Amino acid sequence: MGQQPIVAELKGITKRFPGIVANDNISLQLRKGEIHALLGENGAGKSTLMNILFGLYQPDEGHIEIDGKPVVIDGAGKAIELRIGMVHQHFKLVKPFTVAENIILGNEPTKGIKVDIKGAGERVRQLSDQYGLKVDPHVRIEDITVGMQQRVEILKTLYRGADILIFDEPTAVLTVQEIEELIEILRALAREGKSIILITHKLKEIMAIADTCTVIRRGKVVGSVAVKDSSERQLAEMMVGRSVNFQVNKEKSKPGKAILEVNGLTVQGEHGKAVVDNVSFQIRAGEIYGIAGVDGNGQTQLVEAITGMRQASGGSVRVHGQELLGSSVRQVTEAGVSHIPEDRHKHGLVLDFSVSENMVLGNYYRAPYTRSGILNYKAMDENATKLAAEFDVRMSSIHTEARSLSGGNQQKAIIARELTRDPELIIAVQPTRGLDVGAIEFVHKQLIEARNAGKAVLLVSFELEELYGLSDRLAVIYEGRIMGQMDADEKNEEQIGLMMAGNALGSAASDTALRQGES
Amino acid sequence: MDTIGLLLNTTLVFSTALILVALGGIFSERSGVVNIGLEGLMIIGAFSSAVFTYYGHEWGLGGASAWFGVLMSIVLGAAFSLLHAVATITFKANQVIIGVVINILALGLTVYLVKSLFNGSGQTENLSGIAFTKYNVPFLSDIPLIGDALFKAYPTTYLCYLLVFVSWYALYRTRFGLRLRSVGEHPGAADTVGISVTKYRYIGVLLSGALSGLGGATISLTTTYDFSHTTISGQGFIAIAAVIFGRWHPIGAAAAALFFGFTQALRFQAGLFDWSKSIPNEFLYMLPYVLTLLVLAIAAGKSRAPAAVGEPYDPSKR
Repeated sequence: MGQQPIVAELKGITKRFPGIVANDNISLQLRKGEIHALLGENGAGKSTLMNILFGLYQPDEGHIEIDGKPVVIDGAGKAIELRIGMVHQHFKLVKPFTVAENIILGNEPTKGIKVDIKGAGERVRQLSDQYGLKVDPHVRIEDITVGMQQRVEILKTLYRGADILIFDEPTAVLTVQEIEELIEILRALAREGKSIILITHKLKEIMAIADTCTVIRRGKVVGSVAVKDSSERQLAEMMVGRSVNFQVNKEKSKPGKAILEVNGLTVQGEHGKAVVDNVSFQIRAGEIYGIAGVDGNGQTQLVEAITGMRQASGGSVRVHGQELLGSSVRQVTEAGVSHIPEDRHKHGLVLDFSVSENMVLGNYYRAPYTRSGILNYKAMDENATKLAAEFDVRMSSIHTEARSLSGGNQQKAIIARELTRDPELIIAVQPTRGLDVGAIEFVHKQLIEARNAGKAVLLVSFELEELYGLSDRLAVIYEGRIMGQMDADEKNEEQIGLMMAGNALGSAASDTALRQGES
Repeated sequence: MDTIGLLLNTTLVFSTALILVALGGIFSERSGVVNIGLEGLMIIGAFSSAVFTYYGHEWGLGGASAWFGVLMSIVLGAAFSLLHAVATITFKANQVIIGVVINILALGLTVYLVKSLFNGSGQTENLSGIAFTKYNVPFLSDIPLIGDALFKAYPTTYLCYLLVFVSWYALYRTRFGLRLRSVGEHPGAADTVGISVTKYRYIGVLLSGALSGLGGATISLTTTYDFSHTTISGQGFIAIAAVIFGRWHPIGAAAAALFFGFTQALRFQAGLFDWSKSIPNEFLYMLPYVLTLLVLAIAAGKSRAPAAVGEPYDPSKR
């Protein structure tokens, strides 16, 4: 790689926002044809840096050189002119427009005054074939999968002739299958001589495809390393600034009496088909019960039925013997159920409310936060200050909007709120989705501590490693049915894989497992 | 003309203004700016055309006076909408509040100006003989029924249908339209490919001013023949309803406006029948508004507004 010329260089970039230095004297070199990972925790300043390279922000100090020449990038238009393209984390696609319309937007080919949509479609198809992207130019964005939408974003940059491609957390929204396809695409792009900057906090992906990795911590460059001379552990330590424990440490569980009893729970889907089909299980005090499965096999509906967010069509859900089916969300909460929801933006936080307000959601109507129907902001602020310190939620103030927090800190805020409510049962769905290793470690530790304190924990996750590390007992869900359950110590990874694909356990084994679950 | 031909003909007269203003509303909303001020912009247009047609005649423009009035209504409508654009786009003020302000300001300003220009009178001089007259298209107007309905109309009506087509083509076939719509759906997407959100939103709002001005002018010059504080009474709001009912599409909105125009025409025509004598006049006057309410309540839930409409663009927001 050393011989390849430098195509872009950031020199001493500093960017300040009110109350925070997002980038502090950052320098970085990008060479032709390399995949350069930019690694850092949530909120370390990676996205800010790339938004500067793409012209969306102006640096307060420092400058940028492209092909050795100093440039001022004062807008996305200028960046495009300099052959820089960016695939944003939150796609910049117009949903009702077609793929071709989105790609040509801003650079439309015309015949007379008419946009040449046919010609554009052909050009898109040609580019799509060249890089093996398999994109149909004439379908609408709202009708295609997230993975396909991302390819449209890639095509947008290629259509504009980009040689430097910035990818901001490209795998955050993708399925495992789509991630593998993306990795192939990135390799193909690099082979064609494109230089790629990959913003991420996922170490595995860096090890898999990056040539170079620059690590940023709290706005400063910690170092740049060649990935082949490095290890996951070394990168993780550079990123969080201390040694990281990948292994979850926990003692053997000492389960007590059953807290949650689900019997024959069934939820009807939109088309009359059961999306949760006769599901039964128990969770005892002091154990973590993990549910494995591919996304979309009824996990969401199962959790929503238990928490009162969705109507079940049959069965029963008892917490401490109290029937909860048909209860409101508030009644479920008051029965001692905490919920760390799958979609933290939609169900976990009110993004435009302050952190302080968010930290009393679900409790705000009780003393001391409300007295005689009047909200007591002083008590809320005291609560938020205490929780932020205890759970290490980082933000400029407890009065900032929840929206402006990084994903990791948003999740910590939710966990702080849910765990300090003194629940009997904690339901955590994908609790570490989109978080960096430091934050993941923290979340896992919190769940283990809750379990050690005698709480029952229901953990729904698509990450098998997480389930293996945390669960005391494991179940696999497929098309709304529990395919089998087992003690985590006796798990058979191959069998779990088969069950996730819809194969039931051997009948004898399954009987024992079920009997164990019911005992 | 027989009754049905007359009814359809009146429908065209009433719907012309609604269609033009609805087209204006589409340009504004498609760019992402809610324009509740269409009513006020119509008032400016109706006022400008009445005043400048009168003065044009005084200044010896003769047969071109009405067209002079139309031109001024377009120019002043656009100029007045600039207030809306500056406040909501440049200064990111709340679009609904500014729209309401435009409506109140337009009414107060024009009533005041009429009083000062016409010696304290409540309305402008009558324009009979100067304003537009119906134009019969040769041959086509002789076709039974259709001729009566479609080809004996005011020149502004023909212009209006031309503009429906032009607007559709501009929005869905040209570079300008693609960009304008992208700005209203996802300004962040437009911004990151180098399209100026501010520029296209200004164009959208100014077009709404120009078209609403023109729409207001058609009322002064083909229906009332003068301007007073009651000349425009709710048509701007019905045009907004037509935009929504027509799903922010020029042809859809034109169809919706025709429907609303039909209900207005019905009000006049119903008076001609014996059975309607027992219905109090007030109820007939309510008809267009009641039907608007019903149609929107039933149908509007299904239509989808441009995703970013009503939100000032803030590039730093994720």
